[in-house]
Amino acid sequence: MKDLTFGTILAVFEEIFGIGLFWAMVVVAALVTMAYLYVLIRDHSISWRKFLLAQLSMPIGAIAAVWFVLVMTSSKLTDLGGPVDVIVFLGIAAAGAVGIAILVYTAQSLVMRQPKSEP
Amino acid sequence: MTKLTATRRQFFGLAAGGAAAAALAAPGDVRAQVATKARIVIIGAGAGGTALANRLVTRLDGAEITLIDPRVEHLYQPGLSLVAAGLKPANYVVTKTTDWLPDTVTLIAEAAAEIDPDAKTVTTASGQSVAYDFLVVAPGLVLDHDAIEGFSLDMVGQNGIGALYAGPQYAAATWKAAQAYTETGGVGLFTRPATEMKCAGAPLKHTFLIEDIARTVGTRGKLDVHYMANNNSLFGVPIVSEKVRMLFGDRGITPAYSHVLRGIDAGARTATFDTPDGSVTRDYDYIHVIPPQRAPEVIRQSGLSWADKWTDQGWVECDMASLRHLRYDTIWALGDVAGVPKGKTAASVKWQVPVVEDGILAAIEGREATETYDGYTSCPMITRVGRAMLVEFDYHNNLVPSFPGIIAPLEELWISWLMKEVALKATYNAMLRGRA
Repeated sequence: MKDLTFGTILAVFEEIFGIGLFWAMVVVAALVTMAYLYVLIRDHSISWRKFLLAQLSMPIGAIAAVWFVLVMTSSKLTDLGGPVDVIVFLGIAAAGAVGIAILVYTAQSLVMRQPKSEP
Repeated sequence: MTKLTATRRQFFGLAAGGAAAAALAAPGDVRAQVATKARIVIIGAGAGGTALANRLVTRLDGAEITLIDPRVEHLYQPGLSLVAAGLKPANYVVTKTTDWLPDTVTLIAEAAAEIDPDAKTVTTASGQSVAYDFLVVAPGLVLDHDAIEGFSLDMVGQNGIGALYAGPQYAAATWKAAQAYTETGGVGLFTRPATEMKCAGAPLKHTFLIEDIARTVGTRGKLDVHYMANNNSLFGVPIVSEKVRMLFGDRGITPAYSHVLRGIDAGARTATFDTPDGSVTRDYDYIHVIPPQRAPEVIRQSGLSWADKWTDQGWVECDMASLRHLRYDTIWALGDVAGVPKGKTAASVKWQVPVVEDGILAAIEGREATETYDGYTSCPMITRVGRAMLVEFDYHNNLVPSFPGIIAPLEELWISWLMKEVALKATYNAMLRGRA
């Protein structure tokens, strides 16, 4: 690629999703991350009970992310043709898993009242 | 409780600081604008003309930039292969020319009828004379459908005739004919012209895609697929040609070398080819027609073409590194019309635009131009639905991979398909806006 700068990548992403949707997604992702950091700082500890549910949701996030990409790009699993494809595939799954885990953990922390008894 | 409030304040402070830092780091063109009163005329508001106009308005202050192009619609031509395989609708490739142009340029929505490189004027179809200090010719090329005997565009989509290059509605009609062929089977002839052409990978992609689609719907056994090469290779770059030959072997596609389509008889479903051994007539159930391609008449009539090369095609005589006209130093060629050995793709345009931009700026500033074009062309060669090879090469037939060691150029990969599906149009659009 010629001039593969941060600005180019931003421009490409703006074109993929449209400027409005792209920046809305960036804002949502930033808000969820901030909310996650916020509950971590607020609670001074990780709640393992909430983390368990977050972990259980990870396969769902991974499958959903992979399914979304396959459907949107008219591809199927048998199209994976080389090592880099497997890396991309695992990357998409990992991103979906981590994303949903953070979302589930944060949602629980914000919605559920903090139990006093929990260490 | 006090502690919690403090933490919260710290947290929001940190978040606000982070947002401010991100805003400060936002990218922008930091180069100073060059003040000039130069009159720059660009013939053609396609990929090249539009991208160049957008870049010039950010680099120049006070220049008078005029584009001359009658086309209301802007076509994302790399998408036509996908339309002709039923993977995208026809409107996937269509936008309006004016959607992409900056407000500060003037668009004359007419064809250029005459160029006088000595008087430095362009005359439009209605007789309006536009004077220039610098001229960029980027009108694209002309598909010479009349050169195929017995063929006309109204045949596309019926009786097993496809012609995806002709535009979005013809690409969609091509899919209608090709889809019928994948159901009924028979002999498929996939042709390409002997002239220079837009994206020499597209005839191969169409062949691979239709073959793969038949395989998916379970009718592959009924299809006898032939690729009619114009010379003794399947692709201009030898190493890629060899790879395609192997893939054809794997897919059961039969290559016929040095078969150039001369005419068709749509009623009898036969096609006549010029070969080194004389003319040959072949039966077909589906034929994909790509006509000879030439520079627009206005270029050829204005004395801008090569006199001793491509005499039947008329491409602009320009330096292959700077794209500047060899006889008129105020004229540059850009895109399909340029008389250079390779580079009739959108990816080439992306590499050529900064070169022409630098050439014009250097001329305005009275310095030597520094940017050069080395023939870069990219072709995401689709080999089946879901896989492609990211083939990139230059004038010297060298492979020039963008991601060496990560994305192998001659390997059929899903990631290359993802790029074509997701990132290519976006990158193209960003290029049109002068941002990539």
